Amino acid sequence: MFEKNTSEQTAVSIRHLSKSFDGVEVLRDVDLEVREGDVVTILGSSGSGKSTLLRCINWLEQPDRGSIHIGGQRIGVNDAGRPMPVRELAKVRARTGMVFQSFNLWPHLNVLHNITEAPIHVLGKSKAEAEAHARELLEKVGMSPKADAYPNTLSGGQKQRVAIARALAMQPEVMLFDEPTSALDPELVGEVLAVIKDLSAEGYTMIVVTHEMAFSRAVSDKVVFLDKGLIIEQADPETFFTNPSTERVRKFLEREES
Amino acid sequence: MSNWEILWSARDQFWSGFFSTMEIFGLSISAAFLIGCGMLYLLEGSRPRLTVPLRVFIDGMRMLPFLILAYLLYYGLPAFDIRLDAWWSGVGALAVYHGCYFAEIFRGARLTFPPGQVEAAKAHGFTKGKMFFRLILPQIVMQTRPLLGNQLIYALKDTAFLVIITVQELTAAANSLAGTYFIPTEAFIVVIGFYWAVSVVMEIIIKQCGRFSAKRGFDHV
Ligand SMILES: Nc1ncnc2c1ncn2[C@@H]1O[C@H](COP(=O)(O)OP(=O)(O)OP(=O)(O)O)[C@@H](O)[C@H]1O
Ligand SMILES: [Mg+2]
Repeated sequence: MFEKNTSEQTAVSIRHLSKSFDGVEVLRDVDLEVREGDVVTILGSSGSGKSTLLRCINWLEQPDRGSIHIGGQRIGVNDAGRPMPVRELAKVRARTGMVFQSFNLWPHLNVLHNITEAPIHVLGKSKAEAEAHARELLEKVGMSPKADAYPNTLSGGQKQRVAIARALAMQPEVMLFDEPTSALDPELVGEVLAVIKDLSAEGYTMIVVTHEMAFSRAVSDKVVFLDKGLIIEQADPETFFTNPSTERVRKFLEREES
Repeated sequence: MSNWEILWSARDQFWSGFFSTMEIFGLSISAAFLIGCGMLYLLEGSRPRLTVPLRVFIDGMRMLPFLILAYLLYYGLPAFDIRLDAWWSGVGALAVYHGCYFAEIFRGARLTFPPGQVEAAKAHGFTKGKMFFRLILPQIVMQTRPLLGNQLIYALKDTAFLVIITVQELTAAANSLAGTYFIPTEAFIVVIGFYWAVSVVMEIIIKQCGRFSAKRGFDHV
């Protein structure tokens, strides 16, 4: 669609982010910059805080400290330093798109209407416009023939591709993926990763939590490693996978290879 | 004239009782449905100052014999200078009573509603109201369809209680014919036929609605 964006514009900026659950620190002073058009993958073992980090970005979790800006707009806290009113929060949230591990499609709506629901009822687009856009997106994720199907009739891979189209329909500035292939049968992983790869080639800004090492290496502009809530390594994929600077990451990669 | 012939000649009374019953039933059950939805919406919030009294009210209603509520509205409200005629007392009592049952049915289904879907809605910029009415409520209604169908039948049967507060409905018609001509058995058999017929039709309609939700994976027909 358009060339990979190489400008230095910041899409997401996270500063000094901390979050605890029941007194246990799950994120500790996390700093992360994501430039427009970049793909950042987040790796780390189970429980290291990857999902929590991603969910803070669209305020599904509220951090205890720190700030998050999306396209220069701070989320969750208004200019006066107070919690954002819900409507304002919803607007900033809609600037991000999220794809969940468990798809979370709305089962009472068919595929097409899953995709048009938010554009019509949140963004206020006309039905015709939203449907035309939805059909383009379905084409993009290879789901056009299933526009009228209901989610319960789809395979996991198909559901996830619809979920991706649904998020894209909001024309978000950044896409957040939380282990988009972890709930899939192995033979369905490829079709979803292929869609995400296509998006990266089109220049979408994306933050992807994943356990797929080959994918991370192929698609990332930056790889981030979380360990017990700390970012202990941030590097380009080449460096990260061939010459990580910490023992912890080296161990992690060895284990993933075997 | 045989007893049945007497009833045939008085068929207009049955019909008018029947239409009155259907009117009361249709109006009160629609209102009850809206009340149930409204209560579910109010229970969505996490403000205990609202939700706790509401839960107590719902449970209080459910644990009350319907007849007592009808009496209360008809004979009790005038003490507070609110006068409803028998018909409106009956409709009001049915609406509130079954509205609470609807609310309880909905609430049960809401408890098992997948939180991931709510998160997906939030992530797509939905706020509470639209999320509730467009995404949560339709699914809750589809999921609880069999229970709602059952509740409709209870509500239909409860309309018969209104004879006691002098509402001129179907049972009242049977009652008066039975008394006038001393033919209770036949009169009440006719009335049973009416109630059964309506119930069967409702069952069929509710079952047909099941196809709609089954297509979406909600249940099996
Ligand atoms: N809502 C919550 N309440 C309490 N503890 C939580 C909550 N969400 C996450 N945690 C805890 O925070 C820690 C980090 O969780 P998180 O889900 O972010 O890890 P993760 O890196 O995504 O792990 P996984 O790879 O298993 O998805 C875990 O110990 C988890 O138990
Ligand atoms: Mg996770």
